[in-house]
Amino acid sequence: MTGPREQFRPENHPNDHFLLTTVVGSYPKPKWHDRAREMFEDEDADFGAEEWEESKDDASRLVTHEHERCGLDVVCDGEMRRNEMVEYFAHRIDGYEFNGRVKVWGHNYFDKPSVADEVEYGEQWLVEEFEFTDEVADRPVKVPITGPYTLANWSFNEVYDSEEQLAYELADLVNEEIEALVDAGARYIQIDEPALATTPDDHAIVGECLERIVDEIPDDVRLGLHVCYGDYSRIYPEILDYPVHEYDLELANGDFDQLDVFKEHEFTKDFAMGVLDAHTAEVESVEEIKDNIKKGLEVVPPERLTVSPDCGVKLLPREIARGKMENMVQAAREIEQELDAGEIDVVATGAEASADD
Amino acid sequence: MTQIVATTPGLFPLPDWAKDELSDLKGHQKTDLVSGDEGAAIVDAYDRAREDVVSLQQDAGLDRVVEGQLRWDDMLAHPLAVHDSVETRGIVRYYDNNNFYREPVVQDDLTPDGDVAAELDAAAELVDDGLQAVLPGPYSLSDLATDEHYGDEAAFLDAVAEFLAGEVEQFPEVETLFLLEPSLVENDPADGTDERVSEAIDAVANATDADVVTHTYWGAIEEKTYAHLMDADVDAIGFDLVADHDSNVYNVQEYGTKDDVALGVVDGQNTLVESPETIRDRIDWFEQQTNTVYDTVYATANTELFYLPVNKFADKLEALANAADLEEVEA
Repeated sequence: MTGPREQFRPENHPNDHFLLTTVVGSYPKPKWHDRAREMFEDEDADFGAEEWEESKDDASRLVTHEHERCGLDVVCDGEMRRNEMVEYFAHRIDGYEFNGRVKVWGHNYFDKPSVADEVEYGEQWLVEEFEFTDEVADRPVKVPITGPYTLANWSFNEVYDSEEQLAYELADLVNEEIEALVDAGARYIQIDEPALATTPDDHAIVGECLERIVDEIPDDVRLGLHVCYGDYSRIYPEILDYPVHEYDLELANGDFDQLDVFKEHEFTKDFAMGVLDAHTAEVESVEEIKDNIKKGLEVVPPERLTVSPDCGVKLLPREIARGKMENMVQAAREIEQELDAGEIDVVATGAEASADD
Repeated sequence: MTQIVATTPGLFPLPDWAKDELSDLKGHQKTDLVSGDEGAAIVDAYDRAREDVVSLQQDAGLDRVVEGQLRWDDMLAHPLAVHDSVETRGIVRYYDNNNFYREPVVQDDLTPDGDVAAELDAAAELVDDGLQAVLPGPYSLSDLATDEHYGDEAAFLDAVAEFLAGEVEQFPEVETLFLLEPSLVENDPADGTDERVSEAIDAVANATDADVVTHTYWGAIEEKTYAHLMDADVDAIGFDLVADHDSNVYNVQEYGTKDDVALGVVDGQNTLVESPETIRDRIDWFEQQTNTVYDTVYATANTELFYLPVNKFADKLEALANAADLEEVEA
C-alpha cells in the first residue's frame, strides 16, 4: 500500500497489519521546564533568553524520546515550546494584541487576544519546532497546529466584518505556515479545531478554511483534523467532505456513547479514534484499550484506523501519561497480531481515503 | 426631552489583583467555587474588589452603579448555585459562550436566602444615589437550572419567580432593577409558556418600587413572546442593538414598547471600544427607526461584562458615561 499513510509504517514493524499509533499533541511539561519558564518571566531572576531556549530544547528532546520509548509510530515533542493553543500563535501573528485575562470558568482564566489590525504572517510559527524535533527523532514527527476557525473564534475581532472573514484570513496564514513546514520536511500535519465542536452550525466555514489550507499542499502530506468535546452528530457526516485524510476524535471520555454516530453513515476517511481518556489520571489496562480499539474496527477497517488518546494529555501527571502511551501501543500491537492470526472479525469495510475525495 | 441614563447589566470582570488573590484563596476546581458561606479572607477580598468596581463606575460618571456581581462564579445561575436547597453538579456550557458554570439542581423549596440582598447592602454603603440591582430574570434562571423538586416546568418557573420576588423584598432601596433575560432569545418559551413568563416577570417586578428593566440579549426575541412580554408591568424592555438591531426595531415597530427603553449599544464581548459619538448615533438611530421620543433611554452594554479584560472594560464604562454627557451638552 502506498499513499500518505503507509510511509509511517516503521521498517521493522513486527506485524502484517499496521494500526498507526500516535498522540494528539500536548504532553505534561517536566517540572523543571515550568520552573525555567517562571524564572525566565521573572525579571529579577538571573535567567535569560539563552537559558530559556536551552530549557525548551531539553524538554522537547526529552519528550520526543519518551514518545519513542513508548513505541509510538509517529511522535511529537509534546508542545514543550507552546504555552497555550491560541496564545502561542497569536503572539506570532501580526495584528494581534493582548489586553489581559478573561474568565473561562471559576478562577480559570485565558489571556484572550484581540485582533486589533489586519492579520499578517509575522515570525515563523512551528518550523523551528519541527526541525528540532525531526532532528532528534528517529520516528516520523506529526505537527499539530491550531486551526484558523478556532484562532478566530477564541479571539476578540475588532477589525473584520465577521468572524468568518477573520477565519478565512487566518486560514491563508495557516496555509503559508504549512507550506513552510512541508518545505522543511513535515509529512503529517494535524489541524486542531476544538471550537468546531462548540459551534457545530459553522461546519461549512471550517470546510472553506480547510480548502484554503490545503491549497497547493502536496498529496503525500498526510492531513488530519482534530475535533474534541462536542456533539459529533451535529457535524457528521458533513465533515467527511473536508479535504483531509483523517479525523481525530474524542470518544473514550464519553464512554464511546457517540460511536454509533459514525456507523450510521459509512466513514469514508481514516479514523483516528481516542482510545484513552485524557481527563482521568488512571492508566487504562491493555485489555481495556484493546476493547476500545475493537470498537474502532466497527467503524473502519484496520488499514484506516489510527490509535491515539482522546486529546492532548498535558494536564495529566507525567508518569500517568507515559503509562497510558505504553499500554496504548502494546494494545495496538496485540490487536495487530490477532488480526494477522484472523482472530478478529473486521466488520467495517470501505473506500480508500484520499485528500482529493 | 429624553433622559439618557448610562448604566450596565453588571457581572463585571474581577480586578486582576482579585483574580490572583481569590484563585489562591479558593482554588481552581469545581468544588472551590463560591458557596454562600465563604470564610473571612475571601469575604474581605470580595469587599475590596467591590469597592474597586464601585469607584470605577463613580469615577467614570455612570448614572447607575451596580454592585458588580463579582462573586457570581456561576454567572446568572448564581442565586441558585449558592442556595441550600440546590445541589451543584457538573460544569456545563453557559449559553453559546466558551464559559462554564455549575449546573444547579433544585431539590427542595426555594425560600429566599438574602444572598444577593447582602451584596447590595454592602454596595449601598458605598453608593449615595443611583444604586442599581441586577438579577437573572425568572425565565433565564429556571432555564439555566434543573428541577428535581417542583415536578413540572410551570410550577418551577412560578417557584423561581416567587424566590426572586422574595429576594427583591429584602433589597435595600435601589433606583433601578435590571432583570437579565437572555434565555428569552436563546431558548424561546414554547406556546403557553410565553404568557406565563410574562406573569413571572410581573411577580418579580411587583416586589419593588424601583424602576424595573427586563433586559434581553444575544439577538431579538420572537415576536409572539415579545407581544406577551409587553403585558408585563415593567418600566422598560432592553434590546441588544449590537447582536441584532433590525429584528429588535421590528418588534418595537410592530408592537410598541414601554415609555422607557434600555438599549444595548456597547458590545460586552468585544475589546473594540465604541466612541461616545458612536453610542449616541446608535441611540439616535433607534429613536428615529421607532419614531418615538422616550422618557428615559438606558444606554448600556448589551451583555454582562465579565467577558472583557479589565482595561477595555473600564474604557467601555467611560464611553457609556461620556455618551450620556454628550447628550446633556447638546440638549
